[in-house]
Amino acid sequence: MNIHEYQAKELLKSYGVPVPVGGVAYSDQQAAQVAEEIGGNKWVVKAQIHAGGRGKAGGVKVVDSIAEVQKTADAMIGTHLVTHQTGPEGSIVQRVWIEQASDIKKEFYLGFVIDRGSQRITIIASSEGGMEIEEVAKATPEKIVKEVIDPAIGLLDFQCRKVATAIGLKGKLMPQAVKLMKSIYRCMRDKDALQAEINPLAIVGNGDDKLMVLDAKFSFDDNALYRQKAVTEMRDLAEEDPKEVEASGHGLNYIALDGNIGCIVNGAGLAMASLDAITLHGGRPANFLDVGGGASPEKVTNACRIVLEDPNVKCILVNIFAGINRCDWIAKGLIQACNSLQIKVPLIVRLAGTNVEEGRKILAESGLSFITAENLDDAAAKAVKTVRG
Amino acid sequence: MSVFVNKNSKVIFQGFTGEHATFHAEDAMKIGTNVVGGVTPGKGGTTHLGLPVFDTVAEAVAATGADVSAVFVPPPFSADALMEAVDAGIKVAVTIADGVPVHDMIRLQRYRTGKNTIIVGPNTPGIITPSECKVGIMPSHIYKKGNIGIVSRSGTLNYEATEQMAALGLGITTSVGIGGDPINGTDFMTVLRAFEADPETEIVVMIGEIGGPQEVAAARWAKENMKKPVVGFVAGIAAPTGRRMGHAGAIISNEDDTASAKMDAMEALGLYVSRNPAHIGQTVLRAMKENGIAVK
Repeated sequence: MNIHEYQAKELLKSYGVPVPVGGVAYSDQQAAQVAEEIGGNKWVVKAQIHAGGRGKAGGVKVVDSIAEVQKTADAMIGTHLVTHQTGPEGSIVQRVWIEQASDIKKEFYLGFVIDRGSQRITIIASSEGGMEIEEVAKATPEKIVKEVIDPAIGLLDFQCRKVATAIGLKGKLMPQAVKLMKSIYRCMRDKDALQAEINPLAIVGNGDDKLMVLDAKFSFDDNALYRQKAVTEMRDLAEEDPKEVEASGHGLNYIALDGNIGCIVNGAGLAMASLDAITLHGGRPANFLDVGGGASPEKVTNACRIVLEDPNVKCILVNIFAGINRCDWIAKGLIQACNSLQIKVPLIVRLAGTNVEEGRKILAESGLSFITAENLDDAAAKAVKTVRG
Repeated sequence: MSVFVNKNSKVIFQGFTGEHATFHAEDAMKIGTNVVGGVTPGKGGTTHLGLPVFDTVAEAVAATGADVSAVFVPPPFSADALMEAVDAGIKVAVTIADGVPVHDMIRLQRYRTGKNTIIVGPNTPGIITPSECKVGIMPSHIYKKGNIGIVSRSGTLNYEATEQMAALGLGITTSVGIGGDPINGTDFMTVLRAFEADPETEIVVMIGEIGGPQEVAAARWAKENMKKPVVGFVAGIAAPTGRRMGHAGAIISNEDDTASAKMDAMEALGLYVSRNPAHIGQTVLRAMKENGIAVK
């Protein structure tokens, strides 16, 4: 689960991490009001969507009057912001964050990630702030510093000093960096975060230099939300694909893709392999859908309905290798779906595993015209042939 | 022989009296698994399926000599149950749960450091040595005895590959599902090492997916340390970047994470690679013929 920048900043502030003075606004009048309240003579207006790349897409503007704040907020709110991470249709801006503009002297990158190699939380830092860390890793890997945290001991002061020194935070900034890193780590542990990315972390101010978080991105572990009430409350469903949200409510894992062969499969691995097999036969899958274990007739019907809501779908490939599932249940579910949804597109069905003979018999005796497939290869070939006509 | 579990394994079920544990304990016993009891806190002293129930794993181990645990405990309590198994000296603990918090796994991996328990999972179908021992939820009837070791992240793709091999008359020594989560108790490399040491296993099939560095790390280890041939496949060539494809760990975060990049690396490291998920069985057969390994 991801959250907005303003939520990340409010969260960090509650952990004593320095962030600019600011506030969130849902309308242009409110934006002007927020700017008045926080004071100053220069403000940053930032569109709040989950996707990155907002700056280049025009979603971040620096202005120097209250009237400009209002005008900018008005222009942003309600528009679709298209960045390199949103896809062509963009994300709708429903709120903006207004903050006092900072006098930036230098920018850094500071990330906390779960490193799959060491299986521990790892700090990744770089003196190259404001850039995407992947680009820095490619162009100048020597500018990236890593520090692995022992979960039993926690993040130690000397580790923070090592990181700070390596990216060039010296003198009075060093103790600030130590405190900031330890606070972010504590926040990540407390809240079951999977990632905390501060980009940029900046030295701001004139004379009296201070470290400040100018942008922050957090993602949290969906599997831990049961014990994270405050985090769950930050969820913004408007930022998620409504079909994926609906599917997950039915215990289905659905991801929309851009092809025309609908897929209903059990198990994430076999579902991925089914998309692969279709692709290798020259076809294009319309979606990923994992029905999971224990697929009841209702679940199968819901899966068919969700797949068919995509107008591009020209046929559906059903690929089931029943372990906990049973092929006879799946077969009954498909017949129920065909009858209740009046499915017009061809269904290619491959069944294997538990109770496969019963399942095939039920389909054969239904009087409905399923295209049956012997194995994965056959199923993919038949699906691709069907859409080609 | 086999890896991790065999006919001499003494198996307990944690969360024994639950619905799924009951179903799979019965199925496991049907194929010959030596189930010696179970643990359900609060139900100690009772019996279930004619076997003793204990309050703690330590009690179960003391009374039955159990050395393998099938952990059927819900995700919020899985890590605690696994640490209890580690503390009680269980040799192999398999956790089925899908949805264990990542921070729990980080703590668990730290806790077990320096101790001798093999932890398999979470989010795995488990381990099966055909006709000897099943610790998991897989359909046991598709697994036939043979000389191939199989290890995968995904459950259903493991079944798929097993069926493709069975259709060609190929059977297995042991199947190990390491699970689809970003942090696994046991990684590919550990399982490859076990298969290399097992005299009955003559060839190994490794089935990975997008996300994370462990397929390539294991392939590198295999090149440097294994005499037995390894066949590899990685699912997700059609997967888009940045999306979690069902499994918590199946996400392309950088260019090394893609299925194609991993299969290229495997090939460069001398593995037999099946580029097509439907050709895993035939790729194994080809590798066996080229290496003079008997089909059985």
